Order: sequence, then C-alpha cells, then structure tokens
Amino acid sequence: MPYVIAFALALLLATPAWAERIFVSNEKGNSITVVDAATLKVTNTVRVGARPRGILLSNDGKSLYICTSDADHIEVMDLATLKVARILPSGPDPELFALSPDGEMLYIANENNNIVTVLDVPRGQVVTEVPVGVEPEGMAVSPDGRVLVTTSETTSMAHFIDTASHEVVGNVLVDTRPRAAKFTADGAQVWVSAEIGGTVSVIDTASRTVAHRIRFNIPGVPKESIQPVGIAITPDRKTAFVALGPANRVAVVDAQTYEVKRYLLVGQRVWNLAFSGDGKRIYTTNGVSNDMSVIDVDALRVTKSVPVGQLPWGVVVAP
Amino acid sequence: MGFARRAACLLAMCLTIYLTWAPQSRAQGVVVELAYLRLAVPAVVPTSLLDPPPTDEGVQGAQMAMEDNRTTGRLLLQEWRLKEVEATTEDGAIEAARALLAAGQRLIVAEMPAAALLRVADLPEARDALILNATAEDDRLRGQDCRRNVLHMLPSRAMLADALMQFLAVKRWRNLMLAVGLQPEDRDYAEAMRRAARKFGLKVVADKPWTLDQGAQRTDTGHVSIAAEAARFTQGVTYDVLVVVDTAGAFGDDLAYRTTEPRPVAGTHGLFPTAWARSFEQWGATQPQLRMLKRAGRPMTARDFGAWMAVRAVGEAATRGGSADPARILAYLRGPDFELAAYKGAALTFRPWDGQLRQPVLLADARSLVSVSPQPGFLHERSELDTLGFDQPETQCHM
Repeated sequence: MPYVIAFALALLLATPAWAERIFVSNEKGNSITVVDAATLKVTNTVRVGARPRGILLSNDGKSLYICTSDADHIEVMDLATLKVARILPSGPDPELFALSPDGEMLYIANENNNIVTVLDVPRGQVVTEVPVGVEPEGMAVSPDGRVLVTTSETTSMAHFIDTASHEVVGNVLVDTRPRAAKFTADGAQVWVSAEIGGTVSVIDTASRTVAHRIRFNIPGVPKESIQPVGIAITPDRKTAFVALGPANRVAVVDAQTYEVKRYLLVGQRVWNLAFSGDGKRIYTTNGVSNDMSVIDVDALRVTKSVPVGQLPWGVVVAP
Repeated sequence: MGFARRAACLLAMCLTIYLTWAPQSRAQGVVVELAYLRLAVPAVVPTSLLDPPPTDEGVQGAQMAMEDNRTTGRLLLQEWRLKEVEATTEDGAIEAARALLAAGQRLIVAEMPAAALLRVADLPEARDALILNATAEDDRLRGQDCRRNVLHMLPSRAMLADALMQFLAVKRWRNLMLAVGLQPEDRDYAEAMRRAARKFGLKVVADKPWTLDQGAQRTDTGHVSIAAEAARFTQGVTYDVLVVVDTAGAFGDDLAYRTTEPRPVAGTHGLFPTAWARSFEQWGATQPQLRMLKRAGRPMTARDFGAWMAVRAVGEAATRGGSADPARILAYLRGPDFELAAYKGAALTFRPWDGQLRQPVLLADARSLVSVSPQPGFLHERSELDTLGFDQPETQCHM
C-alpha cells in the first residue's frame, strides 16, 4: 500500500503541470483556445470580441484580461466559467498591456492613437492617458512597479514612464520597429526586441542605456526573415528565449554572456512565448501555421505542436 | 567584434545618452524643415467611374508621415515643418524649386514626372540639396539619367516587372501575350516587362498594341464591341497569361473574361505589382491603412506611400543621425546605417549605385494580396531584394 501511495505521489510530482491550463488568443479566429497542459489537448474554444491580441492573467489567477483590439475594449474572462464576465474601457485599438505588481493598474498600448491608457482595474475607470511615440506596442512594468516601459514601433524607442507621475522620464532609441519589452526578474535590465532591426537591445534600467545588442544569424535563413518579437527570460537570468517570427525559430540566449547558444525550429511566424508554472516548458504561438509549439527547457528540444485557432497571437499559462 | 561594430555600438550608446538627457539639457528645440514640391499634372481620367483618381494623392502620405515625425520629434524636442508648394506647369515647378533652394531649403520631396524632376535636380543651386523622388517610377531616372542628388522611393518599373515575372516563373506560366497601350508610359513599362520576361526565362509569344479607342463603350451596348475586340485580339495565340500594359486605365479592366481562351490577366490590371495595395494588411500595414482612411476618407495609394516613405526616411535619418542639420541628414540617408521600416517585413535601404530604395514588391488584384516578391528561391549574394530591378553589375547609372 505505501508503495502505491509513493507511486501516486511520484506520478503527481513528475507532472506538476497537471492542473495548468494554457490560454492562446487567436487574432483572426476571434477566440481564446484553452489547452490542458497535462494532456496538451484543446479543451475549449471560447468566442470573444473582435481581434484578440494581448492577454494577461490577473494576480489571483482567476481572470484573463484580453485586448480585443477591434472591439476597442478589454474583456475579462472568468476562468472558472470561461465566460466574459466584465468589459473594461481601454481607449481605441488596445494591442498589448501590462499589469502593475499589485494587480490594480492596467497599462494599455493604444496603437492607433500613440498613447498609453492607464486603467484602474477595480474601479474600471481610465485614470489618465500618456502620449508616447508612434504605434506603441510592447509594455512592461518593473518588478517594483515604479517604472513602465513602452516601445513604439515607428518611433523605434523604449519610453520609460514614471508610474507615480505618469510622465515620460526617458527615451532610449533602439533598433527599428521594437516589439516586446521584458524586465529581468531583478529589475536591473529591460530587454527590447526589434522586429525589423533584427536585434534585441538589453537596456540597463539604472542608466537607461543600451548595454548590449544581441544579433542573430541563422545559416540558410535570409537576414530579412529574422524578426525578433517575444522574449522570455528565466527568473535566475541564466537563459533567455527569443521568438524570431518568420525565421520560424526560437533563439536560446545565454542571458549572462548574451551569446546565442541554439536555434530551435518551431511553427511558422513564431511571435509570443510563455513559461509553464514550473519553468520546465515554453509554449509559443505560431501565427502562420496556426499552432502552438511546446519546448522542453532542460533538453532544449521542441516536443510537440498543438493546433489552436486562426492566427494565434498571445499565450499565458494559468495554474 | 570588428571596429565598425564597436564604433556603431559606441555611437549608439552616445546617442542613447544624448536622447536620455536631451529633455533635461536642452530647453530649446531644433527645427527640421523639409519641402513638398508638387507639379499637378492633369490626371488621365480612367474609363471606369469606379475609382476617380484622388486630387490629394501623394501629399496625404507626406502629411501622415509628418504626424509620425512630429510624435517622435516631440520626444527629442525636434520641431517638424513641412512646406507644401504646388505648381501647375513645369516651368512653375522649376521656379518654385529655385525659390525653395534660395530660401535655404535642402530637403525637397518631389512629386512630379521625370522630365521636371531632372530639371530640378540639375539646377546649380540644387547641387548640395537632396531631392526625394516620391512618385516617378521611370527606369531612366535610376539608369542613364540618374543624379547624385536624387533618391528614389517607389519601386522602378524594372522592379515592378521583375516582381511580376518572378511570380509567373514560380507558377510556371511561361508563355506571355502582351497587350500594350499607346501612352509613352505604356511603351516604357512594356519594355520593362519584356526585359523582365527574358531575365526570368519567360517567353513573349505575342506582343501587340491595343488600338481600339473605346469611346462610349460603357453606354448602351458598348460591352458587345469590347468583348468582340478582346476575343479577336487574343484569337489564335497559344499563351498562359495575358499581360496588359495600360498605365492610364483606358482598357485594362475590359480584358478579363473576354479573351478567346480562358486565361488570367496580369500587368497593370488583374494581378498587378505595386508598392502599396488597399488589400494589404501584413506586417502591421493595417495601422497606416486605417489612419489614411480616417484622415483622407479613401484608401492609401502607392503614390501616397512613396511620399510617406520619403518624409519618414528623412525622419529616421534625423532621429538616428541625432541631428537636424540637412547636411547630416543627407549623409545619414546615404550612409550604411540607414534603414527604413515601412510595413514590408524587412528593413528598406538605398542602393548606393543608383539611389533606389530596396524593397519587397506586392502582387495584388483588386481585392486581395496575392503574393510578395522576391519569390522564395531567387537568391542573391548580397540581398534577395536585389533580384528586383537593375543590379549593380548591369546598372547604367555612373554617378
């Protein structure tokens, strides 16, 4: 009998992701695909508002915030019922957003209006709008919640915004068409990908200068196809993963030396990435092949691809 | 790390520091000024009433790009000014250019035909200026009539023709029949089509001028005569694709479905190569499409896009070069670090040998994007974008 319990326990420990669910937004499918992380099977496809792109998990893990860009608002999906329970104002064309560490504020990039909308989530009210560069997209809040970084695609800058005063306090020029911004867990750096420039700029947060530029070179793949977008960095800042768009690969980068260690072949036009709760897997959204690739982080191998909806865009993992 | 890369990094770091500190250290902004000089040519009215040519084509693109430059400039304390000048005669355009140059203007976006553009570029006072050719597609401006002080934004006719022929080669639609209009532009574009067909191993099996003047063909039973003429025109020819060259829009819309054999139409109508198409929404193009619809009440055209790229190129050079000085902007545009993001999924750069902006070319029909050239498999030692148009070894431009 104890053996059975031990075996059951071992089984449980071996698959710690058993209860996790993966949520993928489908930009053209106007839906959210729900995937069971244990079986990697699609369990639900939920219809939402028009053109869902950026998605985020609430701090309590009970809700999913969805930028429904063409519906010009944020939808809040209750993850217990999988129904849209609440609509929040966002300003026009919300593309991507970030949540303050206390879970109270949403910072929303309004791509068509060159502004960042600051939204009080509990009250459901817009607090203010911050003018930034042309076509704001990438959004990241520092771990201490004090600094918001937004990238603007046509201006090609990372704007540093003080979250207390809502003032732009610094602008860092990066390479052409910046997309994602990601803080390291210690808050010392913010990494910004540049889709057309083909690089990732590692910005030192304190001095607001580009400390390093990571370049990618894949034999046999034209330089023009290497378009970095999504970034995922391990909490210990040892390894980073960068989605390279139409190069159909995820780059594995040593986050200490900035050396590119490997390129992992995934689905077509890979855009965004998310770690599983235990950090052992990465899920990617592949916009052209309409699927999600699963990467084994320890083995650095692509283990599976899961068909999802039309034009998958964002991905988050919920416990 | 090579010296060039180290220098570039150092420059980037300096620039970053400069940009970071600019708001604190510089209370006074700088002014970046450029001119938009337009020669309003009487538009050739197409036979169809469906899409009347807009009267503000081009300048709307320039104004939209100015909004982008201003938004970025605000963060750098740069103030952007666009001086718009319109002339109605070629001589008027030359006088306007002289006045702009005399007033110290050094960056001129030009929307005018090739002949007028060359006269502006050849003005003695334009020697140190930069003319950004926003709309003229003529190959001779990039070839025997190239000028050191001119950069070309839109794809040349050779690039457009190559883009189409690459696609037809990939489809293995190898035998072409040409139907060519009587306008001088038709003659030039048809020549580009023939050259491109040779370049990619396609065969022009028939090459005929289209001479029927349709007149009132759209009234009463006019469709009968045009259908009969199209059937007669294509009869007895074995071909895969009918390539129509009708830049004025006089007859190109009236060939599909009227040919003797069931064959697709390409060229200026049917499947056409272009710098911009209203159906295009890849690589973030949805954003400028929506913005143009909102501001102009009509879709963005290739000419709007050419003017947009010209003004954005100057904006990019002023931001990255870190200077509003026209001489520095000019040097940056010509230099190796310049690159423009223009919703094409690749960085656009200038060919040093003829001043042409390298770019992917769209292949679209009236309501959909069909493909984007260069097609996969057409390789090039430097950039696959250089498989479109006149490459360095074959250029006739000797500046």
